[in-house]
Amino acid sequence: MARPRPEPVQVVKQRRDAALKALVEAVPYISFLGITFDRRGDELTAVLNYDERLIGNPLLPALHGGATAAFLEVTAIITLGWSQLWPQVESGSIALDDLTAGNLPRLPKTIDMSVDYLRSGLPRDAYARARISRSGRRYASVHVSAWQDQHDKLFAQATGHFLMPRPPQA
Amino acid sequence: MADKVKMAQQFIQALPHARALGLQLTEIGDGRAVISMPYDAALIGDPKTGVIHGGAVSAMMDTCCGAAVMSHPEAPGATATIGLRIDYMRAATPGQTVTTTATCYHVTRNVAFVRAVTVDEDADRPVATATGSFTVEKS
Repeated sequence: MARPRPEPVQVVKQRRDAALKALVEAVPYISFLGITFDRRGDELTAVLNYDERLIGNPLLPALHGGATAAFLEVTAIITLGWSQLWPQVESGSIALDDLTAGNLPRLPKTIDMSVDYLRSGLPRDAYARARISRSGRRYASVHVSAWQDQHDKLFAQATGHFLMPRPPQA
Repeated sequence: MADKVKMAQQFIQALPHARALGLQLTEIGDGRAVISMPYDAALIGDPKTGVIHGGAVSAMMDTCCGAAVMSHPEAPGATATIGLRIDYMRAATPGQTVTTTATCYHVTRNVAFVRAVTVDEDADRPVATATGSFTVEKS
């Protein structure tokens, strides 16, 4: 039996990017902070695009610790939401038109977050990736690392627990 | 005392991110600070319900904890967060102002320990609690 012809690459990319864009743009606070997401396959890197409004200490100057904490939390929640959305987008069980019309699945809710501040945030872009340590039916545990100029010199990291949304009733 | 609050309010206004969040410092002194954040559609985390994002609450609690440290008589200089843990009890009611009270309950030569609680207009049911450790800078 012949293998079905793979979809053209631009069709695949367009679908995945549109799904991610719908997920991220639905949350006003993400654009308030100026966070965007880079995608390589299913892997996400969050970017905190530098803006003067993110500064906490204007004398140093350094990024506000609260902005950093929020950046890590957004990265964790979107990465979890994306991990749930990805198989549905790939299998076609969720229609792209639905997503872009705002019919998005509920996002996980934060139960707790513990943030380590390793060095002060410099006034420039920051990056973060979340690793899902465990994702169960009800709870998920996530670790987030954030860096600026050098990936191996983290400026903050966090672990958090999240309440997963109930799957739609069958 | 009123001068101290006024000075602290000016200080908060000098922090660009605190200004962006619309934070208002209402009380400060002896290691205790109270900050409120009016509801704003830009801070929404769940578009279906209008509930503000946990990150905005985190940023407010971090600011309030830092202010509490700086107002402590034994921690004279500036401060930076070492670690902060936040527990979320419930969603803040959409449309309501949220208020954080932070207490710096212990200061050593190098570290200040802080706890904080955030409520909305129903002050009996916390929205979130936090504990944090902060640096103590020599003045």
